[in-house]
Amino acid sequence: MPRWLSRARKNGSLLALPTVLWLVIFFVTPLVIVLAFSFMSRGRGGVAIMPFTLNHYERTFDIFFIILQRSIGLAALTTVICLIAGYPLAFFISTRRRRLVQQITLFLVILPFWTNFLIRTYAWRILLGEEGTINSALLNLGLISEPLPLLNTQLAVLIGLVYGFLPFMVLPIFASVERFNFRYVDAAHDLGANDIRTFLRIVLPLTMPGVLAGCALVFIPSVGAFVTPDLLGGTKGLMIGNLINNQFGGSGNMPLGSALSVVMMAVVMLSLLVYVFANRRDRGA
Amino acid sequence: MKKILLLLPVLLLLAPLSLAQDMEHEPWTCPEGYEGQTLSIFNWSTYIAEDTVPNFEEACGVTVNYDIYESNEAMLARIRQGNPGYDIVVPSGGTVQRMAEEMLLIPLDMAMIPNVANLIPDLLGAAYDPENTYSLPYQWGTVGVGYSTEVFPDGITSWNQVWEHDGPVAWLDDRQTMLGIAHLFLDNDPNTTDPDEINAARDYLLEKGGNVVTVAADDGQVLLERGDVDIAIEYNGDILQISWDCECDDYAYAIPEEGSNVWIDNLSIPVDAPNPELAMVFIDYILDAKVGADLTNYIWYASPNQASIESGFIDEEILNDPAIFPPPEQVANLFAIIDVGAEAEELINNAWDELLIFLGQ
Repeated sequence: MPRWLSRARKNGSLLALPTVLWLVIFFVTPLVIVLAFSFMSRGRGGVAIMPFTLNHYERTFDIFFIILQRSIGLAALTTVICLIAGYPLAFFISTRRRRLVQQITLFLVILPFWTNFLIRTYAWRILLGEEGTINSALLNLGLISEPLPLLNTQLAVLIGLVYGFLPFMVLPIFASVERFNFRYVDAAHDLGANDIRTFLRIVLPLTMPGVLAGCALVFIPSVGAFVTPDLLGGTKGLMIGNLINNQFGGSGNMPLGSALSVVMMAVVMLSLLVYVFANRRDRGA
Repeated sequence: MKKILLLLPVLLLLAPLSLAQDMEHEPWTCPEGYEGQTLSIFNWSTYIAEDTVPNFEEACGVTVNYDIYESNEAMLARIRQGNPGYDIVVPSGGTVQRMAEEMLLIPLDMAMIPNVANLIPDLLGAAYDPENTYSLPYQWGTVGVGYSTEVFPDGITSWNQVWEHDGPVAWLDDRQTMLGIAHLFLDNDPNTTDPDEINAARDYLLEKGGNVVTVAADDGQVLLERGDVDIAIEYNGDILQISWDCECDDYAYAIPEEGSNVWIDNLSIPVDAPNPELAMVFIDYILDAKVGADLTNYIWYASPNQASIESGFIDEEILNDPAIFPPPEQVANLFAIIDVGAEAEELINNAWDELLIFLGQ
């Protein structure tokens, strides 16, 4: 047995082999292919062919830039709204005295996952439609005289994203607040801090890991969202995910789609870097 | 047995009716010499009448193998790998062109297909196979506008009504069709490969698309049904579907007078077909007035067969539905989409991306 193998057997690193193989085959290889494609030319039917070119990146930052901006903007707004709505909810759940109430409320947060995401998003189409539930109710109540244009707007996409990703904000914050020792709050009050100061100086910093994890879990899938803008956004709510999807079907442009994907990945990596650094600084403090 | 006896009086009653029709039409007869041979057909699923194949087997004394596919790509992939033994395939327009270029089809011998004279002349010589060297139309349909009859009590006759409508409109996510419609207004060839013309078509659509709320992939009819749009540019079959489902007159389908896209599925013979002669006999059989009419009566697509239409074999209900059979004067204005090649494809793809991006600004 070679020395490296016996050493690997002893320290248990062989246990990681299946995972490493999995990642190399299904993550690293596709990543390299996407990266290579993004620098290649478009052939008949949208496939990638030689020679190499930078055209697709040029187009990404030229024509596609406004959609990239819109996607990042919508994802950021989704994250902020989820945080504002999710933090109090997570706090509420984790501070219930009775275990049963806590379990039931937590269960309710997870309940929507029982239904397929696509079906839930379709349901929003019926709610937001011109003759949909919301418009009919408002019309019948006499609050509006004409149906509001809700569907096929950026607002519809925002509603769909917040709805879809709110649980991803609530759950990590819940886990953080659960571990929070409330005697710190008493101590802060004893030392003369008011509620706001206590929250900002004690509660928020100590639950920050949950907040950051929640933000990452909401922002990353939001920025690449495809189903939600496809079903709710129409022409006004188009996001980068839709345009990437278009490049891979029919006679699209796989190299361009790859370049768009690489830029998307860079955006996600940047937001993850923010997460890592914020977390580290947090722990250091 | 009892059931058959009960049916007998009914059959006897019907007999004079069918006799009356048969008097004008000689039933199709098989040329001699094919007894005992085999024909293999590769067709789309649910795209033939129940008795089409058995009647052919009986008339010619042959055995038919019948296989189905779900998409042009699936069929193309099988034939590209080497024809596994099919004598007949049914590719759509662009796919005919592609297969011809890749030498995957063999030329038809029109001398063996006298019934070619039955076909609607406007559907022959389409851009994807200008001489009908490799293909003859099997069934066809159109892209047009589905609209709410409440919003448009007088109907829609022009694309300008679509562009100028003060209300939500859904376009079809079919780049070549949409740009092709713009080309009609700009007096360009709908299948042009000229970069300036493609960009001009893009700009034309951008200018006319202010009322477009969504560019729908395959569900414009659903948006129309739900009242989210007043007009949906769609395939005729999809609009027909919601009219049937609701059993009402709330929706109608029209092909604007300027023209629109026509899709045609075609009978072709793939390369290395084991029995191309029998395949041509089968094509002739399909193009018979009665056989073609029976086919259309069963699957409810438009027949390309002028003789079927004129003979009265096609059900009135189907024939008089403008969503299935456009009036003849409109057929002349329809354009077929062709495979434009890699370069134009990229230009069209770019123009379409830009259109999608700027429509929502």
